[in-house]
Amino acid sequence: MNVKSQYFVMLFKSVSYALKAEKILKQEELPHKLIPVPKHISSDCGICLRFEPAIQSKIVAALANKVEIEEIRELAN
Amino acid sequence: MNRNIIYFDNAATSWPKPEATIRAVETCLRETGGSPGRSGHGMSIEASRVIFNARDALSRLFSIDDPLRIILTKNATEAINIVVFGFLQPGDHVITSSMEHNSVMRPLRAMEEKGIELTILPCSAEGELDPGAFVPAIQKNTKAIFLTHASNVTGTIMPVADIGRIAREHGLVFCVDAAQTAGAFPIDIRATDIDLLVFTGHKSLFGPQGTGGIYIRKGLEQVISPLMRGGTGSRSEYEQQPDFLPDKFESGTPNTAGYAGLTAGIDFILSRGLNAITAHEKHLTELFLQGIGDIAGITIYGIKDTARRIPVVSFNVRDMDPATVSLELDERFGIMSRPGLHCAPAAHKTIGTYPAGTVRFSFSYFNTEEQIITAIEALRKMGK
Repeated sequence: MNVKSQYFVMLFKSVSYALKAEKILKQEELPHKLIPVPKHISSDCGICLRFEPAIQSKIVAALANKVEIEEIRELAN
Repeated sequence: MNRNIIYFDNAATSWPKPEATIRAVETCLRETGGSPGRSGHGMSIEASRVIFNARDALSRLFSIDDPLRIILTKNATEAINIVVFGFLQPGDHVITSSMEHNSVMRPLRAMEEKGIELTILPCSAEGELDPGAFVPAIQKNTKAIFLTHASNVTGTIMPVADIGRIAREHGLVFCVDAAQTAGAFPIDIRATDIDLLVFTGHKSLFGPQGTGGIYIRKGLEQVISPLMRGGTGSRSEYEQQPDFLPDKFESGTPNTAGYAGLTAGIDFILSRGLNAITAHEKHLTELFLQGIGDIAGITIYGIKDTARRIPVVSFNVRDMDPATVSLELDERFGIMSRPGLHCAPAAHKTIGTYPAGTVRFSFSYFNTEEQIITAIEALRKMGK
């Protein structure tokens, strides 16, 4: 990929996990947004957490051992 | 209509609710809308937050590290049924007490017919349980202990710390029914050996009816089957139930507005301070027990020490039928009480009041000294 993705999305087992992550990231003041899971990423009817690639390591560290992450994907523009 | 009512039936359901509870239910119905965990649009995410906030508030109140270890149910009864029917297998042995509510006793009796062994440890006439009686009752096939945190008939607080230790030492699962204590008495999951904590939202947690839940200690969810299966909003491509918390045990659209109210109720408790609530209710109980202690025609049940009881008092007036006493209290004095067996026939057999039962007063943070004094005077008139 030549052009860097503007956003990454983090997928979880269920909405409850996403909300737990949201609470932690709010406390840590790491910018993020909960959005519906795009169809091309998963057929699951859920939400995922969108963030900028630059803060990926900070977000992963904040959630380590607290929220199980399914996967992190690039969000196609 | 409510001007002169004295509501002493908080052990059945608390009333009044904090204004914040009522407002939260209304706001949720009016503005939040949306199906939690289902659709992903803004209103659905907001509804999901309502549900998560309830878990979060409960985990703060009970000192639970992970809010996702709390399963939301419609009441304590549903929660107990999940544990009894999802966890116990024919051939298992279970120990419980003679002070249990039918919400515990009936599911256990039903499983007894399906092949579990049940030991019901007798309690004293004051409803006290001797922790020493547990160890001799443990068998090779003992799997779990089910124990009420406090009796809904006598208010007697059970020695859950001691029994928890015994359960831990013997590798037994310890399930505590906190229907009467959650929100009125401190419960610290980190500091105790409770594996499964069952609670209801509409009593001392000041939430609406139709709210409750279970805390499940890590790992136990794998050996408990759900009672119901269905849509969870997760893993939708699979036709099998998810195996993780909380989705495994939460199928179908929940009572979102109810949980909005429950969160507000818990926030109310935390803002006033649980200790302040416990102290006020203890004070009212002491005042009441002192006030009726010298009325000749009144028999009071349960232990005298208010440090070891919740604000629930069972009594009888002379040889009057409890139902007659309750009716008279209602019609003559506007006092709401609950007569009879309180869904706990074993407890009444234990204290010697079966089958007629007792009259029960149960106080809340919203009751006042003045109401207690009015009730004492009413009983003084009736005791003569």
